[in-house]
Amino acid sequence: MKSFFKTLALALLTMVVFAAPGFAGDTIKIGCGGVISGDLAPYGISALRGAEIAVEDLNAKGGILGKKIELLVGDDVCKPEVAVNMATKLVSDGAQMIVGHVCSGATIAANKIYKDAGLIVISSASTNDDLTLKGEHPNFFRTISYDGAQADLMTSFVKNNLKVKTVAMIHDKGDYGKGQMELARQYFEKLGGIEVVLFEGITTGAVDYSAIVQKIKRSKAELTMFGGYHSDASKVVGLLKKKRVKTIFFGADGIIGDNFVNLAGKYSDGVYATGPNDTSSNPLYQEISAKHQKKYGEAAGTFTHNGYACVQALAAAAEKAGSLDYDKMRAAMFEIKVDSPLGPIGFDKNGDVIGAGFSVYQVQNGKYTQVN
Amino acid sequence: MRLFKIILGVAVVGILGFFGIKEIIADPVYFLELFLGGLTRGSIYALIALGYTMVYGIIQLINFAHGEIYMIGAMTALIVASVLGLWGWNSAVIVILAIVFAIVYSCAYGFTVEKIAYKPLRTAPRLSALISAIGMSLFLQNYVMLAQTSEFMPFESLIPDFKFWEPVAHIITAVEMTIIVTTIIVMILLGMLIKFTKIGKAMRATAQDKIMASLVGINVNRVISTTFVVGSATAAIGGVLIACHVGQVNFFIGFLAGLKAFIAAVLGGIGSVPGAVLGSLVLGISESMFTGYFWSEYEDVFAFSILVIILIFRPSGILGKDETSKV
Repeated sequence: MKSFFKTLALALLTMVVFAAPGFAGDTIKIGCGGVISGDLAPYGISALRGAEIAVEDLNAKGGILGKKIELLVGDDVCKPEVAVNMATKLVSDGAQMIVGHVCSGATIAANKIYKDAGLIVISSASTNDDLTLKGEHPNFFRTISYDGAQADLMTSFVKNNLKVKTVAMIHDKGDYGKGQMELARQYFEKLGGIEVVLFEGITTGAVDYSAIVQKIKRSKAELTMFGGYHSDASKVVGLLKKKRVKTIFFGADGIIGDNFVNLAGKYSDGVYATGPNDTSSNPLYQEISAKHQKKYGEAAGTFTHNGYACVQALAAAAEKAGSLDYDKMRAAMFEIKVDSPLGPIGFDKNGDVIGAGFSVYQVQNGKYTQVN
Repeated sequence: MRLFKIILGVAVVGILGFFGIKEIIADPVYFLELFLGGLTRGSIYALIALGYTMVYGIIQLINFAHGEIYMIGAMTALIVASVLGLWGWNSAVIVILAIVFAIVYSCAYGFTVEKIAYKPLRTAPRLSALISAIGMSLFLQNYVMLAQTSEFMPFESLIPDFKFWEPVAHIITAVEMTIIVTTIIVMILLGMLIKFTKIGKAMRATAQDKIMASLVGINVNRVISTTFVVGSATAAIGGVLIACHVGQVNFFIGFLAGLKAFIAAVLGGIGSVPGAVLGSLVLGISESMFTGYFWSEYEDVFAFSILVIILIFRPSGILGKDETSKV
């Protein structure tokens, strides 16, 4: 008899423990995953802070469906294997919607967990095509344009505006960088008239990139296209200039932002890069920048405004659906129109953003300036 | 087995030699560029590998925290250079002070790491000291990350682009030349230290037999400390030079550089000083050639393949003594 009570007590205890997330009904929990430590931290922190500001604003207006919003934060250090663990933790902590992640590789890995848990995921920074175009991630949305849109712009700008004939393509072997360059190569083939003379990957954080720089020089490419992040890009661009290689350097949104210009210093002048449209004239955009400055004491980062838009979109979808039920939420995501800091945005059938696109920028006098 | 080795060796050398000669004749300048680039990289590896090999020679410990000492050297130089730059000091003075500070700080760290993490484990099994070394490496990385920042920081090259160097700058930059020359000078000084000074003699004696050395009146602890300090100093010089070359530093640069230098030391025969230098140059130049003539994607794969091939032929490294040892 005694042991029966023991078993009963244990069973009750177990039930209470497992039931706990189900009872957490006072607030709506939004999980926010991304890279917030390590050398890519500026990207993740900028997205996270955007979400934090949005949550504050929404809570001031009464939250979602009359409930206050709570943000659960997770750090994936941009590694798929860490992202999976982190996603599992967010889900078990009771996250009901997800904002994130930042690095495409991490998002792809983590989304398997979110999909199984029936959560809507919206990312402010993951641009890998497969996330939306493959159809494997029906729960995934994003407030940033996908790589294909960017590759299209990059290649047509190279052909029509810069009028070069030969291109060297260098990537960092990662999901983001390599994916982007392979895509750009497909678009180059579609366009025709441009020869890809070199297509190589480099090791992130290697001691020296002299050999690859000499190789670019030998290929006599008029333009070097780089897929990867700002630290490797700035090393390569510095060595290209130091070795007197005459080639135009062209990157993507991985090198947009002041981080790249600071690191590459005087060598950054004349570098082209594609990045999200300049929406800084939008009043909401300016309001968020001001709030960011006040709250964190520094200027808003690369993905702050996209992060803000993510939370806005989730809130709008939840209000429209009237509940947090997965099917209703998902249906609502396709219908909503959000007045975001990026302008009025919506989502297409793949989950990609409508209304926010890319532009071409060039570093002039130490600042990225729009050129198209 | 012997026949297999010979066939493998002839095949590898034959294939490489055939392609090599064809490519060199086709474009000799490109070959020279790659060779000098590889020499630069090898020099940096050598400056770090010296610390690994000297420490191993004396106490048979793989000092995995050594890469971090190199990183601390670069960091210190960055901090000193930016502070002095703000005060508007002359750039020549900044260079010298930055290098001096980097060396002093790295030596202090190397010395302290030995005292804290390795000395108490002197008589413990070798695996304990190895774990302690890995722990120290993680600690130093995270310490610098928390004390400084996790982001990359720009490192203004302390070595200017000399005007007179302009005609050859497209083949080898002034910074690369400085790296090679400095490394040669450091090697000569180190060789003289080991060969001709009293402490060098003591180091060699300790490396041969610690107990016997202490019996004849050598202060073994002091010799070990000196070894760490000397190794740290060369690593610090390497750190400052590479930061000038690539133009940025962060807390993690020591990891890959340290790993490559460790491979170089093993390649050359760990415990042997000329071996470490030779191994570093072989590794640096072959990496550069491989990237230049084949695919840079597989640069690291190639580096490790070289290690495997050389260890098949000479298990104790190119210049290593024939004795079995474990990491």
